[in-house]
Amino acid sequence: MTHLGSEVRIALLAIFVALFVTTIGVFAASRLLAQHDLSDLRHRVRSWWIIVGVFSLAFAWSTSATIGFLCFVSFLALKEFLSMTPTRRADRRVLFYAYLAVPVQYSLAAAEWYGMFIMYIPVLMFILIPTRMWMIGHTDGFLRAAGSLHWALMITVFSLSHAAYLTVFQPGTEPRLATSQLFGQTSTEAGPGLLLFLMLITAANDIFQYAWGKSLGRHPIAPTVSPRKTDAGLIGGMASAVVLATIVGPAFTILGTAASFVAGLLIAVAGVAGDLCISALKRDLKIDNFGATLPGHGGVLDRADSLVFTAPLFFHFVRYGFG
Amino acid sequence: MNHFLRYLFFALIVRPLMMVVLGTNVRRREWLPEHGPAIIVANHNSHLDAFALMNILGLHRLRHVRSVAAADYFMTRPLRRWFATRIVGIIPIDRNRVRREDGKHPLQPVSDALHEQCIILLFPEGTRGEPEKMEAFQSGIAHLAKLHPDVPIVPVFMHGLGKALPKGESILVPFFCDVFVGKPLPSKVDKKEFMKALNDSMLQLASELPQQSWA
Repeated sequence: MTHLGSEVRIALLAIFVALFVTTIGVFAASRLLAQHDLSDLRHRVRSWWIIVGVFSLAFAWSTSATIGFLCFVSFLALKEFLSMTPTRRADRRVLFYAYLAVPVQYSLAAAEWYGMFIMYIPVLMFILIPTRMWMIGHTDGFLRAAGSLHWALMITVFSLSHAAYLTVFQPGTEPRLATSQLFGQTSTEAGPGLLLFLMLITAANDIFQYAWGKSLGRHPIAPTVSPRKTDAGLIGGMASAVVLATIVGPAFTILGTAASFVAGLLIAVAGVAGDLCISALKRDLKIDNFGATLPGHGGVLDRADSLVFTAPLFFHFVRYGFG
Repeated sequence: MNHFLRYLFFALIVRPLMMVVLGTNVRRREWLPEHGPAIIVANHNSHLDAFALMNILGLHRLRHVRSVAAADYFMTRPLRRWFATRIVGIIPIDRNRVRREDGKHPLQPVSDALHEQCIILLFPEGTRGEPEKMEAFQSGIAHLAKLHPDVPIVPVFMHGLGKALPKGESILVPFFCDVFVGKPLPSKVDKKEFMKALNDSMLQLASELPQQSWA
């Protein structure tokens, strides 16, 4: 665990404490409010234990284990995506190459080969996929097949892999933004703290949106996309996420207070956008969920919907400000 | 059957394959028969169909699960024959020999297995055929229903494995596989009525799928 500074370990411990308190709260609430059905909430909390537990195990193990875990999440998300979207039978080989792109992309992150990491899917796969497709010679539905496969890779592999690259992020010697005063006293590795911050604020934003929306929400902000996203959920959720980010950012990441505030805002806005984007996709496919891997949440892609947008944006913010 | 190797094969190869590489999405798992004698009828898209069903039934029922398979395909080469009979534990039925011989019905081995309290997997399409396209069901299952009126016959609709590993392909492409379990079919009816109930049940289960275009 030498790759984790003591402040990051404390943050991880605090997350477990918060989850434990929530579990007790939900347990007490389902006893006291027997007339309400809280089974969905209980399933959600139980799944959170699995997510936080497995992630923490990999996270505490090593940066390679963390990248391996995120690689596996990408694989599951891609599998969910391709299982739910129509694909052409002729494209089986192409789909196989798309799956191979997952380990390649994460190896590039692990090897810290930034130039290749950032162009592999947007440039190389962008050319390779349609090329392999015209070679097959099946032109019916070409645009739909090539377009949706590339979108699948961008969403489930390229976007999420930024979280993996964040784990091995090395700050530059002349950062553009003010760094945290506390950082650097116990550890020299910036990556793990940044990854934990991204995961924590993205998840907290989701939970705050849910909690505010359930208790105060009236008017849906995007009724045709997701009737459950309300004005109160949006404003209350984002405000809470930004406050949390501003407090915890300087405590266990390289980000100073101002940078933490901006990062919090960025994650809050992008999180909602990502969530609604995946919701729109599900409405189009006429499905409720991408799977049932995580009871209460749905599939992996249903849980990682916000992360799809927050991971690349936060990564580039950090890279610009501190790289 | 080599029960030890069979158990190892399912625990160490089939289980990880079905749960990590592919993944199954089962609806109404509790409707599957808990013990034999029972028959599970499913549509057929891929060699993986039997593995998927055996995996869903679980290792605790594995000892009693047998799959009916084509003798004219699986019994031809020595290695394939060994694997099919010793590890997978198929009940070989020759699709080309449809007449009674020595006074025995071609499906007699299935009846014997039912008497041994087995859970039988049967694919009445008789062939994998075009992936993800249902062919007409053969009526052998109606014969079994008539012979064993007290054995529950559970219809199962499967989708997705025809995309993962269709006939004639050697590369496995990961896809989630849907397995929808239906209500047991009525057994105390005549052949025509039974086949209609089977068809209706399968079509109804298939309609649970979200939109699919499979050009």
